[in-house]
Amino acid sequence: MKTVRVLIVDDHRLFRSGVRAELGPSIQVIGEAEDVESAVASIAELKPDVVLLDVHMPGGGGQEVLRRVLGAGAQVRFLALSVSDAAEDVIGVIRGGARGYVTKTISGAELTDAIIRVSDGDAVFSPRLAGFVLDAFASTEAPPIDPELDSLTQREREVLRLIARGYAYKEIAKELFISVKTVETHVSSVLRKLQLSNRHELSRWATARRLV
Amino acid sequence: MLREMSETPTAPDAAPRLVRTASGRVVAGVAQGAADQLRLDPVVLRLGFLLLTVVNGLGVVAYAALWMFTPKEQVKGPQPARDWGQFAAYGVLWMAVVGFGWITGASDGGIGTWPIAAGGIGALILWQQADPGRRQRWMSGAVRKVSASWVRTLVGALLIVVGAFGFLAASGELAKAKTGLVFTAVVVGGMLMIAAPWLASLVKELQRERTERIRQEERAEVAAHVHDSVLHTLTLIQRNAHDSREVTRLARSQERELRNWLYQPKQDADATLAAAVRRVAAEEEDAHGVPIEIVCVGDCDLDESLGALLQAARQAMVNAARYSGAPVISVYAEVEPDEVTVFVRDRGKGFDMDAVPADRMGIRQSIIGRMERNGGSARVRTEPGDGTEVMLTMKRAS
Repeated sequence: MKTVRVLIVDDHRLFRSGVRAELGPSIQVIGEAEDVESAVASIAELKPDVVLLDVHMPGGGGQEVLRRVLGAGAQVRFLALSVSDAAEDVIGVIRGGARGYVTKTISGAELTDAIIRVSDGDAVFSPRLAGFVLDAFASTEAPPIDPELDSLTQREREVLRLIARGYAYKEIAKELFISVKTVETHVSSVLRKLQLSNRHELSRWATARRLV
Repeated sequence: MLREMSETPTAPDAAPRLVRTASGRVVAGVAQGAADQLRLDPVVLRLGFLLLTVVNGLGVVAYAALWMFTPKEQVKGPQPARDWGQFAAYGVLWMAVVGFGWITGASDGGIGTWPIAAGGIGALILWQQADPGRRQRWMSGAVRKVSASWVRTLVGALLIVVGAFGFLAASGELAKAKTGLVFTAVVVGGMLMIAAPWLASLVKELQRERTERIRQEERAEVAAHVHDSVLHTLTLIQRNAHDSREVTRLARSQERELRNWLYQPKQDADATLAAAVRRVAAEEEDAHGVPIEIVCVGDCDLDESLGALLQAARQAMVNAARYSGAPVISVYAEVEPDEVTVFVRDRGKGFDMDAVPADRMGIRQSIIGRMERNGGSARVRTEPGDGTEVMLTMKRAS
């Protein structure tokens, strides 16, 4: 089994060492970074397969790292990891280019799975993220500008609903009588729509949730 | 190569912003501040102001205008004292210049000085605003503010003046009143000139105090909240350090409370379905010490049949927390245009539906029976060793 080379980007030292200790043997942590500058430098130098990216950090946060690294055309995959499950953080970092979003309450085994999945080019949706996406694409007041990008297919909706209900990909496959690979394809397609859709409700929706 | 988009363009050698300096001031620090910005000797500017006073008092007007519009330099600690020696020297010099002007009649200036005066004051104001941030703020602020109070004040003043002149002209008194008007204008203008810097600084001071007060109130509210909740819980956790279950429960309930405070819209916990589901789940989580993950899609107002749905969902959560042995319970609530669905799922040990004794009321009465009595339906999917999922559906009253 191939090992996945991971860089941990988080401004909490205790959290970084906690993650390091929890990850399974198929994950090799090749470095750590604690802010935007050191993250951008380490990614350019170490070329990790997957970057575990904290959302809130000094110097612009995860979104800034995404913009600078992906903006420069680097081929690296990001999995966002945060204590926050506020809608604008989740949607913001996914639209910034991360291939998944999990909260820090995730168990070590689940995190290992998620990292491997992201390194394979698939998307990782937490139940909360799936709920956000369903909510954001549900408001159908305005007709979609681009029907292909601005709405979810029936099947994608079913898959998201099962994720929101707490099902793992394997359980979803069993439930819908499809293969795990097909589930992954559906989720990746939803991720693409989430990143590319110009649907104005999406941003308006996230802004409306930004209440304190 | 990486893009450096976060870097805002900064020019380190840009001229500093015009402020009235506190150290080395003679009157109000205008000349000192201006000299700092222009990189000149302040003496040159002071002499310039002094000489201009001779020409129709232009120096005084220019100085007063700059005094009024230029913010004071913020100094920490006690204000440095005014340089009284210089003040006396310039005072003597000024008197000499004024005396000279009066004797020679050069101070009358004649008609040629007025365009110079107007142009000079305009240029001064432009130069004074030579701070890009400030200029931008003024420009954007102008659109909003002008429409409100300024236009109203200007139009009002204009109307009064036109009305007064119209009345005097109509009654043929305009010529007689002219002398009186000129006198009044001079006196009022003079008083304004004296009071204006003081008034302007008063307004600025008031605004700063107001912002400061709002900021402090906000800080006090945050501090009070953190004290009442987070600090309190941390104390409880230390006292219960031996009981890991209780520590987890405390941490979890504090986390939930803090998250709600930070991210959730303030809402009445019993007004809408999503809020009510969160509240019920929080109560059961506290009661049983098992984390309950909630995802809600859509929302609607609660009614009687949705209240029954909520009760059934609560019973399903209680069962999962008590009997399944699962470390976490997932609750998913979705509001669609015609119906509301709630799923309660655990990955615990599950059970054999047919083997449940007939006298056990939990599932049959509290969940299935309650849903059916209220026009909804419940479906329980479970296998021993394969977890349990309860699906509750209720049609929405339209």
